[in-house]
Amino acid sequence: MRVYLGIVFLLFMTTGHSRTIIAGQGQAIASLKKAVGLAKDGDTILLKNGTYREGNVLITRSITLIGEANTILDGENKHELLTISGRNITIKKIQLQNAGYSALNDFAAIKIIDAFAITLESNTILNSYFAIHVSNTTYCTIRNNTISGNPSTEQLTGNGIHLWKSSHALIENNHIQGHRDGIYFEFVTESVIQKNLSEKNIRYGLHFMFSHNDHYLGNTFKNNGAGVAVMYSKNVRMEQNHFEENWGPSAYGILLKEITDSHISNNTFLKNTVGIYMEGSSRMEIQKNAFRNNGWALKVQASCDDNNFFNNNFHGNSFDVATNGTMVLNKFYNNYWDKYEGYDINKDGIGDIPYHPVSMYAMIVEQNPNTLILMRSFMVSLLDKAEKAIPSLTPENLLDDKPVMKPNKL
Amino acid sequence: MLKLSRYVLYDILRSRVIITYTLFLFIVSMSLFQLEENDSKAILSLLNIVLIVVPLIGMIFTTIHYYNSYEFIELMLSQPLSRTRILMSEYGGVALSLLSAFFIGVGVPVLLFAFDETGLALLFTGGALTLVFTSIAFLASVKARDKARGIGAALLLWFYFALIFDGLVLLILFAFSDYPMEKFTLVLSALNPIDLGRIFIMLKMDISALMGYTGALYKDFFGSNTGILFTGGIMLLWIVLPLWWALKVFRRKDL
Amino acid sequence: MIRIENLSKRFKKLQALDDINAFFSTGQVVSLIGPNGSGKTTLIKSILGMVKADSGIIYVDGKKINGDPSYRGRIGYMPQIGRYPDNMRVGQLFRMLKNIRKVPDAALDTDLLVKFNLASIFDKPMRTLSGGTRQKVSAALAFYFNPEILILDEPTAGLDPLSSEILKEKIMQEKRKNKLILITSHILSDLDELTTHVMYLQEGKMIFLKDIETLRKETGQEKLGKAIAHVMKGGKKEALWIDEVLALKETDKND
Repeated sequence: MRVYLGIVFLLFMTTGHSRTIIAGQGQAIASLKKAVGLAKDGDTILLKNGTYREGNVLITRSITLIGEANTILDGENKHELLTISGRNITIKKIQLQNAGYSALNDFAAIKIIDAFAITLESNTILNSYFAIHVSNTTYCTIRNNTISGNPSTEQLTGNGIHLWKSSHALIENNHIQGHRDGIYFEFVTESVIQKNLSEKNIRYGLHFMFSHNDHYLGNTFKNNGAGVAVMYSKNVRMEQNHFEENWGPSAYGILLKEITDSHISNNTFLKNTVGIYMEGSSRMEIQKNAFRNNGWALKVQASCDDNNFFNNNFHGNSFDVATNGTMVLNKFYNNYWDKYEGYDINKDGIGDIPYHPVSMYAMIVEQNPNTLILMRSFMVSLLDKAEKAIPSLTPENLLDDKPVMKPNKL
Repeated sequence: MLKLSRYVLYDILRSRVIITYTLFLFIVSMSLFQLEENDSKAILSLLNIVLIVVPLIGMIFTTIHYYNSYEFIELMLSQPLSRTRILMSEYGGVALSLLSAFFIGVGVPVLLFAFDETGLALLFTGGALTLVFTSIAFLASVKARDKARGIGAALLLWFYFALIFDGLVLLILFAFSDYPMEKFTLVLSALNPIDLGRIFIMLKMDISALMGYTGALYKDFFGSNTGILFTGGIMLLWIVLPLWWALKVFRRKDL
Repeated sequence: MIRIENLSKRFKKLQALDDINAFFSTGQVVSLIGPNGSGKTTLIKSILGMVKADSGIIYVDGKKINGDPSYRGRIGYMPQIGRYPDNMRVGQLFRMLKNIRKVPDAALDTDLLVKFNLASIFDKPMRTLSGGTRQKVSAALAFYFNPEILILDEPTAGLDPLSSEILKEKIMQEKRKNKLILITSHILSDLDELTTHVMYLQEGKMIFLKDIETLRKETGQEKLGKAIAHVMKGGKKEALWIDEVLALKETDKND
């Protein structure tokens, strides 16, 4: 009902008596603050080229603010720039820079509080603490923005796109780099994150907590300090994303913690220290993903159960699967493993002997990480061969009993 | 020196062993690239060839060659040639022929099918290990009294570097797992040229896993310029020191 | 030309050379004689630098032989058993040594090459040659570079009488050119006509080094063998081998 009302309201405003206010340096209305003060619901403010140092500007009416090629709002490292609270507000083509840092407030270049139907489009946000900070907002669209932080320490940098307690958000086609977390979701539901590029952030490319029924697809998360973390959520769909070069002792393509009833499909995990790390997760469907050249394609902790891994392809990973226990309550089937050395006598495309994706050496490395220095040595391959002949240390029932002989079509 | 090496080379080529070795490497490498679904798996098999077969063949070939050239060496000794020059010419001839065998047998297929960082690292390591184990084999031959002892010593040394050393490292790492062993393992790796070469290739092939290591110490170290200099320097030492020692022994040896 | 001072060499339990002092000069043909294992070959090899003495110094032309190997350019050496690279052809062998010694063609002495008709076997590999032919090759090589010093280890052993005669003539010829020639042999009759000096070794010790005239005068014996035998008999305990040699001599005479 609220949605419906909102749309009706929006239509009314735009078809009504909407004006365009031209403001800016050299204009009759020289400052943004003044233009915002004059604007009525439904008006559009066109802010001309120039650098505006006006401190914090509060927008509460349903207006559209549009910039030109060089319209710059500068916070001089001490102010929050735009604070938005209302409905049907659009900010477009503005460059916001040097928003201030505050240890007490989460200062942001654009802060949206208690709002409805907000659109942020094609803005550039440079060198801010938080770039876009959204709380308690419904129907927020953040699209085509370029966000670039000045990464220092985890404490001194805020998140790129930060959403808290919101729903029905659409985060699309943004490029975010150099923040603490590229995209941060907490208590955000029914939202879509798609086609974003989140890279070189200090902590996570995407950080996701207590956010149910969300869908993220076609994003690229690259070279982030710790990859992507998805925690304490259910019914999440993750599709067609790329997780690349997330390197470090605690970096993961995806870290899954207490995730249930979710889908991970058609993603590509390339050159991550760990492709997917899972703990306390249940009833996941992990299918049709490509794992290439990762350190560990999967680390499945013993606290996971009832997960299905099928139709995935594993290529050139240093280790396919590692685990910390011998209890295995997950199923692997119809995956392609490049290390599989079995045969297929009946030519049905499925290997006749099961594949054990956890090698003896993977268990040794779990116990004593220093032994990583012996990877690919003759001795290690002898150990692995011996273990294959007489299994003793590796979990016996962690196996793919129907490994496919040729890579799955993804 | 080159003049003498030419005769050594000529003698080696006449024996056809080196041609067989080249063909063997070439056929194995080519078929690996042809048969395997993906090149990374072929590279993995090649890695084992580089780390295991290349040192083994290098050692055995060099040792046998040394004893077979005993007459030649004797003849040269009665000529106005210094012993250093005679042994260096032998080394040059053997090393050059083994290197050519490796670069034709493995290098060409790698350049054709896997011309990337990993492939190049593989070739660098293979080349360096060829030189290292030729040096070590010369030392073993010069020190051993007869052919049987020489080949025996070469095999034992190979076995030690290829397998036993890593077993000892594993034992040490587990025995002292309560202590910080990172720096120590770094030192250990320098004590075995095969390990050093393996880590060098791993840095390209398994970079993702290495980054997972606490503090990413190995990557930080071996990946840095210092690390590359370190690897190159230690490899060079592994080539030069056994050869220098062999020369020292050879110069004082009664023939 | 060659001066040896206090030369000693020990192989494990065997004292091969025991405090040898000697001086050889140009125009001399020195016969090194002594029983098997008396140190003749060790002495020769020491002069050639193939055996490193434990103590003592050897001078060739006033220069110590440790270090610069160029003095060997003035020595022609014919080993007791000529061992050569199996795969090398006879012609190559000559070409290679010519190449190493850098002697111009005009200065080469091809006398023996022609007389032994070695050119006809130039493209035969060394391994196919009989022991006698090898000896011919060795002899031809020793004289090939027209050296000032000739060291011949059992030169006539294994040669047929005709070749043996050719070689002896050649030695005479070189003697007339005022060269220094060292010969070991235990068939004394062979040396009779050539020898100017005799050096007698036993158990590594030099028993005497005398010119043949003195020896004859002292012993009143014309024949070298008898002269030596006389010395031995007059001296200490009789060496069995001298008797053997003399017996040979006697039977020679009786024939």
